[in-house]
Amino acid sequence: MAAAALAAAGAFNPAEAMSGLISVPHGADAMPAEDTVKELMAVAINTARSAGASYSDVRIGRYRNSIVFTRERQIVQTADTDSIGAGIRALVDGTWGFGATKVLTKDGVAAAAREAVAIAKANRIARDQPVVLAPTQAYPNATWKSAFKIDPFTIPIEERADLLLKANAEAMKVKGVRFVNSGLLFIKEDRSFASTEGSVIQQTIVRTAVPFNITAVAPDNSDFQSRTNVVAPAGRGWEYVLEQDLVGNAAKWAGEAVEKLGAKSVDVGRYDLVLHPTHLWLTIHESIAHPTELDRAMGYEANYAGTSFVAPPRDVLGKLKYGPSFMNIQGDRSQPGACATIGYDDEGVKPEEFMIIKDGVVNDYQTTREQANWIKWWYDSKGRPTRSHGCSNADNWSSVQFQRMPNVSLLPGEKDISWDDIISATDRGIAIVGDGSFSIDQQRYNAQFGGQVFYEIKGGKIVGMLKDVAYQMRTPDFWNSMDMIGGKSSYFLGGAFNDGKGQPGQSNAVSHGCVPSRFRNINVINTGRKA
Amino acid sequence: MSGENRRREPRRLIGSSEAMMPAGALMTREQCEALVKKIVSFSKADEISVNVNSGYQTDVRFAANQMSTSGAIMTGGIGVQSTIGKKHAVATTNDLSDESLRATVQKSEELARLSPDDPENMPGLPLQTYLPVNGYFESTANLTPDARAQAALTALAPARKAGDLTAAGFIQVNANAGALGNSKGLFAYNRSTNTNYTLTVRTTDGTGSGWAAAEHPDWTKINFAEVADRAITKARLSRNPVAIEPGRYTVILEPQAVGDLVQLIGGSLGARQADEGRSAFAKQGGGNKIGEKIVDERVTIFSDPQDPQLLGQPFDGQGLPLARQVWVEKGVLKQLFYSRFWAQKQGKPVTGGPSTIKMEGGTTSLEDMIKSTERGILVTRLWYLRPVDPRTILFTGLTRDGTFLVENGKISKSVKNFRFNESPLFLLNNLQAMGPPVRLAGTEQGGPIVMPPIKAKDFNFTSLSDAV
Repeated sequence: MAAAALAAAGAFNPAEAMSGLISVPHGADAMPAEDTVKELMAVAINTARSAGASYSDVRIGRYRNSIVFTRERQIVQTADTDSIGAGIRALVDGTWGFGATKVLTKDGVAAAAREAVAIAKANRIARDQPVVLAPTQAYPNATWKSAFKIDPFTIPIEERADLLLKANAEAMKVKGVRFVNSGLLFIKEDRSFASTEGSVIQQTIVRTAVPFNITAVAPDNSDFQSRTNVVAPAGRGWEYVLEQDLVGNAAKWAGEAVEKLGAKSVDVGRYDLVLHPTHLWLTIHESIAHPTELDRAMGYEANYAGTSFVAPPRDVLGKLKYGPSFMNIQGDRSQPGACATIGYDDEGVKPEEFMIIKDGVVNDYQTTREQANWIKWWYDSKGRPTRSHGCSNADNWSSVQFQRMPNVSLLPGEKDISWDDIISATDRGIAIVGDGSFSIDQQRYNAQFGGQVFYEIKGGKIVGMLKDVAYQMRTPDFWNSMDMIGGKSSYFLGGAFNDGKGQPGQSNAVSHGCVPSRFRNINVINTGRKA
Repeated sequence: MSGENRRREPRRLIGSSEAMMPAGALMTREQCEALVKKIVSFSKADEISVNVNSGYQTDVRFAANQMSTSGAIMTGGIGVQSTIGKKHAVATTNDLSDESLRATVQKSEELARLSPDDPENMPGLPLQTYLPVNGYFESTANLTPDARAQAALTALAPARKAGDLTAAGFIQVNANAGALGNSKGLFAYNRSTNTNYTLTVRTTDGTGSGWAAAEHPDWTKINFAEVADRAITKARLSRNPVAIEPGRYTVILEPQAVGDLVQLIGGSLGARQADEGRSAFAKQGGGNKIGEKIVDERVTIFSDPQDPQLLGQPFDGQGLPLARQVWVEKGVLKQLFYSRFWAQKQGKPVTGGPSTIKMEGGTTSLEDMIKSTERGILVTRLWYLRPVDPRTILFTGLTRDGTFLVENGKISKSVKNFRFNESPLFLLNNLQAMGPPVRLAGTEQGGPIVMPPIKAKDFNFTSLSDAV
């Protein structure tokens, strides 16, 4: 069933949004026993090999979601979804095929493996260059578990609902607040992987999101303002929810929504921007992390997500000055609690930390096994091995794995500068907290970002709240205007669960660490247009 | 490859049958009905509603003139919602063994018992009557991988031969069958197919990019060669764009660009949002804007599962029948979306949640719009639209894959892409002309969408983009 174009769900009505959830096909009640999974995986890759595949891998996965959504004083929906199945990839004469099935029997996975091979064979008539995989080590008996302490799936629904309703009540006590939508979304993935190169890997991943949206409405309905995105999603468990102190913080967030109603509408012009890490992570995501995906740079996303201005690799690696010399951007899947953190990627590669931008200059791309060979010349010239950075990922057993974003983070500066230090050092500017509206072109040049809360800075002090603020930027100009950067103690992990890419579209969870930073002379527009 | 030739292509029943839709991949009405009955019999709750889905999705992806990933995915499963008093919860599975079905029903009952009461809970619907819609085509359901690879070649071959072009495209072919039922006797079944094709052709000098697309439930209605021609022509025409000042321009928007912006009105059509004072259709002082003129009087926007260009599912996710529903008629807001709860509370008829949208068009062709324009911008499509101000449905986004300056009735040059900050309501108030509506293929939100090309004045381009 197609997603409702007109179902009027929107951000304001999770009840109606969630009515679609029941139509999503999901899986069985329990993953087959470990030995059964290994046996099925062996059947899949052996069948693919017998049918003519030079390489094959299989992922058998169980993907569970558990959600509670509330509004104001009531529950909206609770749901547990469970999806299990197998996805098999086959390489025949350098051409890919993929087959996925929910039928977890030997016959079922064998049929999907044969289908993957049949598709690969059919596609040979349209092949140009064969796919060649960079080498990786085999991990014949590997396991990994993400950094959660308390499995959120063990927390009773009533306890989750109670926490949300208490937080809602605190927000509703604030005069002017009329609506609160809140929720808890937990994800648990049991992923098994095997390849014809000898890897057999089992991993468990837990992630947590806490959507929270408070809306204040003017008494005469002439204006409404929201405060949302108050808690970053994380690769952690129930302990992360408790650390957020939703009940204790709700009134503060609610107060910000109300204050926005009376905030001054911004005067357009150029300002120095002081960006809080709860905001800056999204700017990094859009304007650095996406354009340094190698498949984008090589045109493989041209028909959907787009290409990249960080291209072609020969013109930019070691040459393109992205920002100031103190700008260092790291790719990794290793930060504990980050959303893209994992032990082994979806083609069995153990990810490594790598510097995408080093001392302000483009130094590397995000890669998979297929892609690493595309820039072998660069690694050779630097005496570095040509291997995947471990960025292969699929969002479900039914999706084919491809290059997805690791955690991409702005490393702290050497001096221990804080948010307050940067405000104090700014004469005329706007401080932006929280992520809001975001839009960027298909090569990642021109972007426009809103935010959650905006403060006017005059003479080193915050003098009041602003609204209707958005800034427009050209990526290389923007990052080269960065002149102050926070230190280690101001580091924060922001992120998202729903980064879209690929055809068919897939969703990726990713975190971005960063520090408060200042950008000089940025174009600010007023978005409060009436006609 | 013409449609005629494709229809004459012999079906390969031997040899690659394992790569065609596996037998039983789609559930029949009878299978769905029996499954719903079985699941209902396992229920100990006051009420249970059941959703059944089965599907077979295949695709071919190519980029940089190479084949990329291609796959076939057999999915399916059930979801149940158990209701106990005013408590309810959902659980899903795709293991259809009796043991798993029982466990899933029990899980939803356990979750429901632990949940707080939902004061807005509505009882399940009884049996409904639905309009007949045939959106299922054997030509689409029974394709071979060879047919899909051949279709990809219709773009790859000319792009490779040209030497100065690279093609990136995606062909997705879906067949789905699903049903809804409950313990009150509701049963609804629908079967559908779809072919969606999008193609981007770029020039190897990196200065030109052209996009074209087609979508139809019937594979034989897609003219792959024609899509390739359009994308190639546009890529070449868009080479070496020049920068012109951003500002307010007369625009000629191709149907895709119209749909990219106009479909976003759908997100604000909830009656509840409006009545609660938090939508563009909230009335100052209270209530909503139904009955008020909101856009140009030539604009009519509706949903209709039986429209031959739409062929949507004739019921929504709760089993409510869907028929023609006019949202905007001759510029006046005629209706907002009423959920069952909100309709009851406000004493209004329930509308159902449709998955189709169509804007009626006019008779001015795109060519005539260009001819009548002294100075304006021709836009192929819009990209990365994100809300900026929900009070006015103001969105930002960019033009993409073919943006041209029109001067003195002719396309004079390719221009750099623009960022815009614009509302579909403002756009449709500035309407000058409309052409015949066509089915879109590039929608970011999914669902059948049909839109006309339009010409409008004073479109707000706010900055330039260097992106090609």
